[in-house]
Amino acid sequence: MNMVLLTQNVSRRFKDIEALKGVSLDVAAGEKVALLGHNGAGKTTLFRVILGFLRADDGHVCINGQPPGSRLARRDVSYLPEAVAFPKMLTGREIVSFYAKLKNADADEVGSALEKVDLAEAADRRCGGYSKGMRQRLGLAQAIVGNPKLMLLDEPTSGLDPISRQRFYELIGEIAGRGTAVLLSSHGLSELELKTDRVAILRKGEVVANGSLAELQRSANLPIRIRVRSNSDHVESVHSRLGGERVNGESVEFDCPRPDKMDRLSVISQLGKAVSDVDISSPSLDEVYRYFSSDDADRGDAT
Amino acid sequence: MSAVLTIAGTEIRIGVRNRWVLLASIILLVFALLLALLGSAPSGATKADSLSVVVASLSTLSVYLVPLIALLLSFDAIAGEIDRGTLQLTLATPVSRGQVLFGKFVGHVVVLSLAVVLGYGVAGAIVFAAAQNTGMDGIFDLARVISTSLALGATFVAIGYVASVSVRQTGTAAALAVAIWLFTVVLYDLALLGGLLASADGFFAKTLFPYLLVINPADAFRVFNMAAIDAAASTGLAAGGNAMPFLPQLAIISPFVWMVIALGLSTAILRRVQP
Repeated sequence: MNMVLLTQNVSRRFKDIEALKGVSLDVAAGEKVALLGHNGAGKTTLFRVILGFLRADDGHVCINGQPPGSRLARRDVSYLPEAVAFPKMLTGREIVSFYAKLKNADADEVGSALEKVDLAEAADRRCGGYSKGMRQRLGLAQAIVGNPKLMLLDEPTSGLDPISRQRFYELIGEIAGRGTAVLLSSHGLSELELKTDRVAILRKGEVVANGSLAELQRSANLPIRIRVRSNSDHVESVHSRLGGERVNGESVEFDCPRPDKMDRLSVISQLGKAVSDVDISSPSLDEVYRYFSSDDADRGDAT
Repeated sequence: MSAVLTIAGTEIRIGVRNRWVLLASIILLVFALLLALLGSAPSGATKADSLSVVVASLSTLSVYLVPLIALLLSFDAIAGEIDRGTLQLTLATPVSRGQVLFGKFVGHVVVLSLAVVLGYGVAGAIVFAAAQNTGMDGIFDLARVISTSLALGATFVAIGYVASVSVRQTGTAAALAVAIWLFTVVLYDLALLGGLLASADGFFAKTLFPYLLVINPADAFRVFNMAAIDAAASTGLAAGGNAMPFLPQLAIISPFVWMVIALGLSTAILRRVQP
């Protein structure tokens, strides 16, 4: 595969804090990768190393064959920082046009970028009057211009309403479809809404998971939850057979390791009329994320 | 070059829209007219060109106001962009850090020029129209004080960048800019005066003082303009101009030297800044 971004064993220390510890993460052309982690997990530091703003203490970073921060690398990268406040006196069009000129992009790209982020109507208004979501979309518009080979988006969906977020991921899909490698950071798995090809999770500067969502779910190997509905007459005997907790005086709930699922279900079916319904829920994306990103979890290797 | 012009153009647009140019022009105009009004009394008794007399006052006004306006314009240039997160965006594009700083410099100098030309120009036009004894001499004097004010302003824009690239917070940069103004325009002269009083005929007054005077770009500006108007004898510090060990016209080199030093230094520091 044509890897646009290569990072190998990147480490970076700030005084006594190890912000990045041997991070290796590649992104191929046309691939959408989400970088997850709590605040302070090292996401922004990694972006800053890739952009060449910070030098890695150790390891190797390469953007389309160029060292980070070099003129050629900067020509290929576009960036949207987490918090950016554009000059209030300028219009949306003037701001996008400013960055387009710095990137030597065509002037025609400005209008089409503003249209793509649904800012065409507001483009000639001063951005001081924009809502938070509009400012975020303006940031995205400046990131689109210049036909970048690698897009780095630091928490791009924070502050967006669900519809804008949906539209945002559609747009990312289109951009990646044209061959741009996209690396975006986010706070939680559920927010990603299954819109990226791969998910990498950073915890205290280390990559603790790197794979598709299905792979992550499999390797987390979290128990499924089974809820058995009975009635007030039989709930006691159901509880004594299955264990777990009683809920609402009529139901019993318990966790079950994935391999044991069929065995448990056959035990439940033997209970006959004492059981009126069964619900099985897989671990949510938030639970999978919590599993990988929490401090005390006993993790398997998901990479 | 196009990146420099793009950045300069954006600075000019912001300067005009946030009413910087208007406000600075009005301040300069009001002070210039006040001085013209106060200065009209002596000029009535002399043969001097009315406008030339006003210009003498304007050069003293410039020493205080132009560096202040220039520093207020430039202290935010880099620290403010770090604060707002826009510097990361700009530096992620292929533009070089030197181009960013030089583009801002060109833009800020144009903004300052608009304010000085408008403020002093309108004040000069009013005096020219109102007074009887005005001629080409006065217009030349006005043109000289405007152009040297721009040189002084550009120097302090560049010095403001040194403050702006040295700190990460806008507030700190502002405090640093005010300190620079206070030192170069007020305290430095007081210290020199103190030195003169302490050794009126000694080594300090005769040998050191003229050089120490022109090392400060604001004082060098004053020495140059006072010498040019030939009114040096009547004005405080520059009275030393008659006994200078060098041609007082050479004093104007000082702001330009400082401009180059400040631009070089701020570019060098900016290259090390992590946005």
